[in-house]
Amino acid sequence: MAIRERLSGNEAVAYAIRQINPDVMPAFPITPSTEIPQYVANYIANGEIDTEFIHVESEHSAMSATLGASAAGARALTVTSSCGMALMWEELYVAASDRLPIVLALVNRALTGPININADHSDSMGARDSGWIQIYAESNQEVYDNFLQAFPIAEDPRVHLPVMICQDGFITSHGVENILLVEDEKVRELVGEYHPEHFLLNSKEPMAVGPYAVSNYYMETKRGQREAMSNAREVILELASKFEEMTGRRYGFFEEYAMDDAEYVIVLIGSAAGTCKAAVDKIRQATGKKVGLCKIRVFRPFPEKELALTLKDRKAIAILDRSEMFSATCGPLGAEVQAALFGVKSQAEAVNYFYGLGGRDITVEDFEKVYGRLEEIARTHEIPDMYEYIGLRAK
Amino acid sequence: MENTYNFKEVMSREERLAPGHRMCAGCGGTVTVRAVLRALRPGDRAVVGNATGCLEVSSFMYPFTAYEDSYIHNAFENAGATLSGVETAYRVLKKKGRIDDTFKFITFGGDGGTYDIGFQSLSGAMERGHDMVYVCYDNGAYMNTGTQRSSATPQYADTTTTPSGRVSDGKVQVRKDLTAIMAEHHIPYAAQTTFTDNFKDLHTKAERAIYTPGAAFLNVMSPCPRGWGYDSSELMTICRLAVDTCYWPLYEVIEGKWMLNYVPRKKLPIKEFLRPQKRFKHLFQPGREELLARFQAEVDRQWEALLRRCES
Amino acid sequence: MKSTEIHEKSPWQDITEGNKIFEPATSRHFHTGEWRTSTPVFHEEKCKQCLLCFPVCPDSSIPVKDGKREDFDYDHCKGCGICAQVCPFGAITMKEGK
Repeated sequence: MAIRERLSGNEAVAYAIRQINPDVMPAFPITPSTEIPQYVANYIANGEIDTEFIHVESEHSAMSATLGASAAGARALTVTSSCGMALMWEELYVAASDRLPIVLALVNRALTGPININADHSDSMGARDSGWIQIYAESNQEVYDNFLQAFPIAEDPRVHLPVMICQDGFITSHGVENILLVEDEKVRELVGEYHPEHFLLNSKEPMAVGPYAVSNYYMETKRGQREAMSNAREVILELASKFEEMTGRRYGFFEEYAMDDAEYVIVLIGSAAGTCKAAVDKIRQATGKKVGLCKIRVFRPFPEKELALTLKDRKAIAILDRSEMFSATCGPLGAEVQAALFGVKSQAEAVNYFYGLGGRDITVEDFEKVYGRLEEIARTHEIPDMYEYIGLRAK
Repeated sequence: MENTYNFKEVMSREERLAPGHRMCAGCGGTVTVRAVLRALRPGDRAVVGNATGCLEVSSFMYPFTAYEDSYIHNAFENAGATLSGVETAYRVLKKKGRIDDTFKFITFGGDGGTYDIGFQSLSGAMERGHDMVYVCYDNGAYMNTGTQRSSATPQYADTTTTPSGRVSDGKVQVRKDLTAIMAEHHIPYAAQTTFTDNFKDLHTKAERAIYTPGAAFLNVMSPCPRGWGYDSSELMTICRLAVDTCYWPLYEVIEGKWMLNYVPRKKLPIKEFLRPQKRFKHLFQPGREELLARFQAEVDRQWEALLRRCES
Repeated sequence: MKSTEIHEKSPWQDITEGNKIFEPATSRHFHTGEWRTSTPVFHEEKCKQCLLCFPVCPDSSIPVKDGKREDFDYDHCKGCGICAQVCPFGAITMKEGK
């Protein structure tokens, strides 16, 4: 029987770490992810797990040490947010290129300039090209469930890529919710023991990691990474179905909410989906208008085909980005979803809005307005507000 | 130092750095690597770490690794942290019964990766006390990118970013004393050495560094014929002059106790060390005599300070 | 994939995962001896087997077997000349060219 609990998102991730009992965890504190290493340190102090914690002096060193531990043959992970991840940037690429099955629990927070500690996706979206698998969550339950699936995805021989499990800072990381926890023995069964084929500490087979590769090899190496990322699609779905068998909770590349007959669709990532769902229910109840939500769970690899298929015949789509990329046009999700729609010659109207930067609230009313706009755009086929901010004060 | 150095036995040990690496002819860096790895007891395994630098891009150029042991390069500024991770993995995997061989952990970094960009990572790794050795092969500049100044570059050296010129005497500042800084981390073992005679000093220190439990730091002056501007065959002469002028004193700090390993019978003037090197050529131009005097004064000051530390 | 089977024309499928190499000392296959512009010559009759030349070689190109040095590994020796300088017995001389 599943265990009923009330946990914050950070507690849920820490609990999952306790259940997995990884070998090595280097970490450096940063709001709002700090609680995770604190909880893990307590588990270690009380002998509940035998993970080795490395008290590194920076996030760059956190990822560097995680990488070293993973190459050595240990199951290794770390935790961070925002600027911490920015400091790891270089290492994210190395981890992916070295094909190390590292897991990073990321609590999304706005990147500095100015300092802001609240939820926004600028940290992970900036790392979208680093070669990491990225899985996002709406709720504490989802981040917990995603975390349990992370190592099996990363360690699958078809993949061997690092995985980032993302949740929204404070909104889920600190918000306490009801949660169903999986029993320890079931977690052990799902995650299994880690026995890498090649590792530095194998005395029978010396291994060299991290070469200088001239241009005759670099491009072929990147192509290999691409293959692994492509393979990750089927592995992610296999894990999802295994997980569903075990818990009854169903996951895919994205969640479709009221999408069967939806004409006006919002596409977004993360915790704002909960508010959007409330708006969908309210509009459908009050007006019967066919509104729906498509919540992206897996952003890397990008589920281009599947997403295009589900979106292409809708009347109008609003893609919502929780981070800027300062192209002075779209945001990262907007760019990729629109490219996917273009690929299938979709006639759907599409707009790309920015919301929630630096933790700005987004309300049911905001979503109602967006659906209203979609209806109008579908009717007029005119889009004066292609790239707008939601909830922005302006003169 | 103990008299247990069996030169013939040590020289007959398995070679752990294979030829075929692309370091320049006459490079001091690989002489360091060979000598340090030779201090591993036969049969013991090692994981060799490496900061980005000449050594890395030359000794593991895909698909050619020069190492007999497992090897990991990660990036420029994180050799300390990377090997922390490897060493911790070793302890936990051993505790969990997943491996049973004995491994030692040795990482190499140039002065760029050690004194400068990797300083924080090194400091963290030493402070945490990982059972590892960090070896700096100090050639006194960023040689991999073409001899730019580092904080290990001696004062007045002509480098590509501190060129001597009509209004420039070369590098302005004196070099950072990294060995002392590492000793002040209160690690069980820190030492400074270079290549002398039959390599006893370097070998003994490498052995102590590797086999002292906990974190150890070894600073090995490793001349770079290209960056310093001397004929590659003169490696051992340059090193001899460095120690006999007390530019590069040989000393070690064991459990906080400072010990001088070599006092030249006759301390040579610093210009003997500087003269054979093109990077100091401008110091011998007429009108710049004062710079030589200042260089000498700084060497003397540091040598006296070291003597005091070793006496107390 | 063995490192000897990987070369600059290898298709991407043959590049080892993460560019890792699972063998020791594969650099031996790369012959740096071709770089030489001057060459050490070993005069065995003058050699007293003191081995002082051995540790100063940056290229591990002086093989030692049973406590005795053998002739140079010319596949890898880059001709830096350090060994000739340290030899107390004139058993190593440098000659121009390969």
